[in-house]
Amino acid sequence: MKYIRYLIIIFFVFTLNFSYAQEKNLTNKITKNLRCLICQGQSVYDSDSEFAISLKILVEKKIAEGLSEKQIYGYLKDKYGDWILYDTEFSKNTYFLWLLPILVFIISGIVVLKLFIIKKN
Amino acid sequence: MKNKIFLKIVLITIFLIIFLVFYQGLKNSNIYTPNTNIKKDIPLLNVKIFGTNEVIKLKKIFEDDKFYLMNIWASWCVPCRDEHPFLMKIKNNKNIKIIGLNYKDNYKNAKNFLNELDNPYNLILSDNDGTIAIEWGAYGVPETYLIHKKKIIKKIIGPLNEESLLEIKRLFDEVY
Repeated sequence: MKYIRYLIIIFFVFTLNFSYAQEKNLTNKITKNLRCLICQGQSVYDSDSEFAISLKILVEKKIAEGLSEKQIYGYLKDKYGDWILYDTEFSKNTYFLWLLPILVFIISGIVVLKLFIIKKN
Repeated sequence: MKNKIFLKIVLITIFLIIFLVFYQGLKNSNIYTPNTNIKKDIPLLNVKIFGTNEVIKLKKIFEDDKFYLMNIWASWCVPCRDEHPFLMKIKNNKNIKIIGLNYKDNYKNAKNFLNELDNPYNLILSDNDGTIAIEWGAYGVPETYLIHKKKIIKKIIGPLNEESLLEIKRLFDEVY
């Protein structure tokens, strides 16, 4: 009986640790994708500015409130605009950004086809 | 022959597209430039009143149809000293209420700051960890928000000056 009790305690300690680590991982993942607005070229995760420190606390709070990663991005985008996200979402303002590489790829593909394959025939 | 013309056209269009993209990119600022003419609802939060342990709902503060000026300040912030005379000027207008949000400050220092320069605020809230300022969409101190009918109608980044005072007056006169 005694051993079982010890086992249960050990089990709980380990699972608690695990869930805490997961929470931290999510905070880190989110803050790495957030641009620090006052220190250009740094993510919130990397920065130690007042703004970044507060934002890290806020992200932790929001996770504790049960918001998902996407909801947190949406929430911050509403306040600061697309600029705060490093990985911008596909939207009316960014479709050109996302589609341009594909467009260039297709056009160059056509050029290659025209020049080499059709010429051969 | 046909192929050559086709190639030329394709190359020129690719060049033009890339040129246009980079040309636009050059013109855009790579520093964060927030939108200052916003019509957004005020955040719904509970905030601690400065110097007490009392918590108040933000919605309750901005209940009336009056104009409110929400000013984020700190005793350690040098530009806050520069804008202080302008806040005192606005204080004379009975139709504008000034709410202060004390940002990441030490209570004693903030108290000294107000004793030294006089207190322009009708009510002061405190934000110890800076999260409340973020809920407002701020990213530094000082920042000022003009609020009317529970909506933020103007955001002023940095210290207030003659120009922003005129802007506030203009928005104020539009209603009254």
